[in-house]
Amino acid sequence: MAVEFEVNKREVWDGNYAASQALRQADVDVVVAYPITPSTPIVENYGSYVGNGYIDGEFIMVESEHAAMSGCIGASASGGRVATATSSQGFALMVEVLYQASGMRLPIILNVVNRALAAPLNVRGDHADMYLGRDSGWIQFAAFNAQEAYDLALMAFRVAEHHDVRLPTMIHQDGFITSHTAQNVYPLSNEVAAKFVGVIDPIDDMLDFSKPVTYGAQTEEDWHFEHKAKQHKAIIDSVPVIDAIFAEFKELSGREYKRIESYDMEDADVCVIGLGTTVESARVAAKEMRAEGVKAGVVAIRCFRPFPYEELRTVLENCKSIAVTDRSSPGGAMGAFYNEVAAAMMTSQSRPLVTNYIYGLGGRDISIENLKEIFKEQQANADAGYITTDIQQFTNLRGPKLSFFKTDRS
Amino acid sequence: MAITSIKNLKEFSTNNDRFEGAHTLCPGCAHSMIVRELMNCTDDNLVISANTGCLEVSTAVYPFTSWDTSWIHIGFENAATSVSASQVMHKVRKKKGTLKDNDAAVKFVAFGGDGSTFDIGFQWLSGAFERQHDFTYICLDNENYANTGGQRSSATPIGATTSTSVAGTHSYGKKEKKKDIVSIMAAHGSPYVAQLSPNKWKMMAKGFQKALETEGPCFINTVSPCCTEWKFEPKDTIEITDLATDSLMFPMYEIVDGHELNILYRPKNILPVEDYLGAQGRYKHLFKPEYKHIIEKIQSDIDTDWARLQRREEARV
Repeated sequence: MAVEFEVNKREVWDGNYAASQALRQADVDVVVAYPITPSTPIVENYGSYVGNGYIDGEFIMVESEHAAMSGCIGASASGGRVATATSSQGFALMVEVLYQASGMRLPIILNVVNRALAAPLNVRGDHADMYLGRDSGWIQFAAFNAQEAYDLALMAFRVAEHHDVRLPTMIHQDGFITSHTAQNVYPLSNEVAAKFVGVIDPIDDMLDFSKPVTYGAQTEEDWHFEHKAKQHKAIIDSVPVIDAIFAEFKELSGREYKRIESYDMEDADVCVIGLGTTVESARVAAKEMRAEGVKAGVVAIRCFRPFPYEELRTVLENCKSIAVTDRSSPGGAMGAFYNEVAAAMMTSQSRPLVTNYIYGLGGRDISIENLKEIFKEQQANADAGYITTDIQQFTNLRGPKLSFFKTDRS
Repeated sequence: MAITSIKNLKEFSTNNDRFEGAHTLCPGCAHSMIVRELMNCTDDNLVISANTGCLEVSTAVYPFTSWDTSWIHIGFENAATSVSASQVMHKVRKKKGTLKDNDAAVKFVAFGGDGSTFDIGFQWLSGAFERQHDFTYICLDNENYANTGGQRSSATPIGATTSTSVAGTHSYGKKEKKKDIVSIMAAHGSPYVAQLSPNKWKMMAKGFQKALETEGPCFINTVSPCCTEWKFEPKDTIEITDLATDSLMFPMYEIVDGHELNILYRPKNILPVEDYLGAQGRYKHLFKPEYKHIIEKIQSDIDTDWARLQRREEARV
């Protein structure tokens, strides 16, 4: 029996510590991991819980992130609860096996502490790694602070292991800003958390020898398409399960989660859409803009996959001009997030103006002033009835202003 | 009793296999013989992993499977990792009492071809051995990437022509010696490593049993002649294997705890390597006068290696 780890009603935890406490309370059986900044403390802490008897699991420190996810797959197919953490280059090295995990429908939990991708080498937060995983068939939740990193990590087990879902799930938090900044966190008691997460009920357990299973079969043009289509449908169909688990968690904790969060959007003419720590900054900027007479709002994507297209359309229905913020180098196109939002709004009746802001790469700050500037440009668009700038702009960048993609008016 | 007595050939033929005869390996491929021997040499439950390769693509093509046991394939490189993590999960769940049958005996085995073992999966293999997981890794060594049309691997011997080490007017084929994987794995501190061959099938079964019984990571390199890429008739697989072991191109030996080397088979009449090379199309060009020195080099390498093995056996170091 594990030794009881005491948690107070209110703790001062950073995002990494919060995520590792969720792993402990969820009684994760096996963590297979390879350390990488800034996510390292999550798995180090799990290792120390094992070392001090706070958890009856095993920590396997392997020789690479590729092996870490490979081990997670082997362990998860063996019927127990599995989790790990990574960032950036480690995430990139894992990508091959991320697709294998989701294709095998294994409920692995991956805490991703977002960090830029090299070159140039950079340890700070942006969303390049998160975007790299966007087609990998995983559910992706975004936490904007340490409390959410904890809450979503607990809820992720419920979603992933649910028999109607059976999909691996990532919880993203911003490198350093969330992962290394100590904040107030209100954890559930060990007992309540354990009861909420429950015990895993494995399907196709490799260690159940009464029913042999074959994992990782080959399919060619005769069956591959059906498998991938079914997998896509499973991600889409996870929506009611996610909503139900969010609702159950609200009952338990008083904290409400939605796949798409919106702030001051009821009467908003202009808005900023984003995810991660920038959401809180944007909310402050929106409040200041409102004091200046601009009807500004903020929309945040909590559930990056499955992407909430329909809900987004509803939230943005009456908004005139929308700034989509992408914290990843777009590599010769619009930001990926912009494309999602533009696709959602293309099918709306209102067809608002949608622009793209690339910001914060490699951990570059985005200030309240930067965000207010974005709001002002959106107001100018709303007033003019067309996009008054280039469609894509880089924000808070050294040197002359960088912008791309003309409208048909320019 | 976990380990069965070694079956005779008649028992083998009537055995209720956990590896079904229905698969798409080439006629004459030695892989299935080796796999079947492994699965016949224990009554324990098995969790088996496979790297991508001939064995994997020929035995689990949806909606069929040849495996009547737990089996997992992830990628080209990570069978050692998946099965060793499964072994750790087994340990945790056994302790917690969450297994379906907590008393069921189980062994963990990974299969890889030489490409995945010597080359692309080497890091994963090395990592799993360093971590001392309790499992057995079996390399099905056919000395090339047969599944993708016969490219050279670091297991391909000097002088062999492959699709990426082509023998011709200006080349005798592969220039480099084969990587000594058995020594490398012994150097990991593995409690048991061996090189075995399916023509000496009782010896092979004994080696498999020893590996399964030994706690910790055990490695076995098995010779698996590939009629498709070595260019010989499918009916001649075992004859080729006889030539391999009796010319000492593939000496059979084991290394216990990294130092105790035992030679498992001493041919009564050691055959010249020409007999082995001449039976395969991949070495045909070596019999041209201009490449005769390569045959001489192969023979001299064999002699040196055989002398080294015997000295190590004697010295126990």
